[in-house]
Amino acid sequence: MAAEPARHGLYRCTDAVGRITVAAVSQIGYACALFFESLYWLFAGPRRRQPVSLSATALEMMKIGVQAIPITAILSLSVGIMIAIQGIYTLRDFGAEARVVDAIAMSITREFGALITAFLVAGRSGSAITAQLGSMRISQEIDALQVMGINPVRYLVAPLLIAMLVMLPCLTVLADVMGILGGGLFCGYELNMDIQSYIQRSLDVLNANDITQGLLKSAVFAVLITLVGVINGFAVTGGASGVGKATTHSVVAAISAIIIADMIFTFFLNR
Amino acid sequence: MSTQTSPVAPVIEVRDLVTHYGTRQILHGINLTVQPGEIMVIMGSSGSGKTTLLNHMLGLSRPSSGQILLLGHDIGIMSGSELNDLRKQIGVTFQGGALFSSMTVGENVQLPLREHTQLDENTIQIMTRMKLEIVNLAGFEHFMPSELSGGMAKRAAVARAIAMDPKLLFFDEPSAGLDPVVSAGLDELILRLRRAMNITIVVVTHELQSAFKIADRITMLDHGQVVMTGTVDEVRAAKDKHMQHLFNRLLEEVPVDADEYLQRLTEAIE
Repeated sequence: MAAEPARHGLYRCTDAVGRITVAAVSQIGYACALFFESLYWLFAGPRRRQPVSLSATALEMMKIGVQAIPITAILSLSVGIMIAIQGIYTLRDFGAEARVVDAIAMSITREFGALITAFLVAGRSGSAITAQLGSMRISQEIDALQVMGINPVRYLVAPLLIAMLVMLPCLTVLADVMGILGGGLFCGYELNMDIQSYIQRSLDVLNANDITQGLLKSAVFAVLITLVGVINGFAVTGGASGVGKATTHSVVAAISAIIIADMIFTFFLNR
Repeated sequence: MSTQTSPVAPVIEVRDLVTHYGTRQILHGINLTVQPGEIMVIMGSSGSGKTTLLNHMLGLSRPSSGQILLLGHDIGIMSGSELNDLRKQIGVTFQGGALFSSMTVGENVQLPLREHTQLDENTIQIMTRMKLEIVNLAGFEHFMPSELSGGMAKRAAVARAIAMDPKLLFFDEPSAGLDPVVSAGLDELILRLRRAMNITIVVVTHELQSAFKIADRITMLDHGQVVMTGTVDEVRAAKDKHMQHLFNRLLEEVPVDADEYLQRLTEAIE
């Protein structure tokens, strides 16, 4: 009898691991299917007389991108200042404070611009996507679309995905500019550097690869935020509390996915 | 409605439909036919499987086995785009209305027209008003769904369901959440729609009164099986004890097996 609970525990553990693995793989498969179906509607929709709505896409662009401009600007400015403070403090030991300009320019464009923007949009729009689709699911609005012969992926997901893919890189460019500017403000104050030479120095150290690396990542983040938001929204069950739970889960999952994807991409892009 | 003897192709044909929810079997081989122009009411108490049956007839779930033919097409073997084309000829009014909360009533009614037709703006506006007239909601096109009462939201949902002049119309629990007067008004609307447009209508409900009022034929479901199908008079006259239970809304007494009862209570307890 003594061996029984142990085997039982192992059995349960294996069972749980198996189930989680199957669920994860099926979620990834579902996400890929959603992604390709959205692309399919984008290109094949007009031929089948069911185009992806331009006005819906523009509306989502407003909500995801344009309305996020002020907060993106403020946050990336703050991050720029923060990196300048930390950079100057660290480099002071080597007497190389002036090199902080390189550090700011590189880290903002390659990493922080895209990352900060993605976090912000995941919190702002990823959660909104889940909440909206989730409440549509529980009030049967998604079923209603389906029985009207309107494909929910074409009507709801494709505009979101396009809007996100356009706006997230745009916001990232804004974040890059504002972040570098923030660093410049602090350097000007702390190191008595004039802003013109700061900008000149930044432009000298940056090359196209730094910028494209950030933008490429932001496009990947855009897909991740949209798909995580959509999957969690479509999967809502259990009324209003279900929507709340799904929204929380969506933000946490999106941010986790962003960080892990960032690590993987950074690894491969810098080989 | 006279009983149809001529071999007219049925609008809906459900053949040996078996469905599962997880491992639990919900429907046990349902057979059902709905003739053109008739109002078929599917009745049953909660848990009888009537909502599941409806979801399958709408093509929202996939059955374990069996066939469903809508307007002569087997929806199990249709491709996505064929199914979408078929759905243009079918209207559905969901239990809560399922109006899109981000659009006005008018935009809700217009949505199928905008998505599926190439009509010009004026025609769409006129058609929207016509449909809203039919359901007595003229002048409400600029209201948001949240500003409507329960009964009005349902009538707006009917207007949206008939926007494409469907051949087949489904109602899910039309009287749910409505007071008797409003609910009776909705029954009238269903009858009027059939008279005016000669649509085939399937209503899923647990309301006996409304079923007797609108139905040509009634299908009684219980525990995932068809108990009987017949005209209103036939169903009324049914002497089956089980049917009488359903009618009189008596609590069905489940015989208690002492051993099973103890087994349930002590299960997994050491």
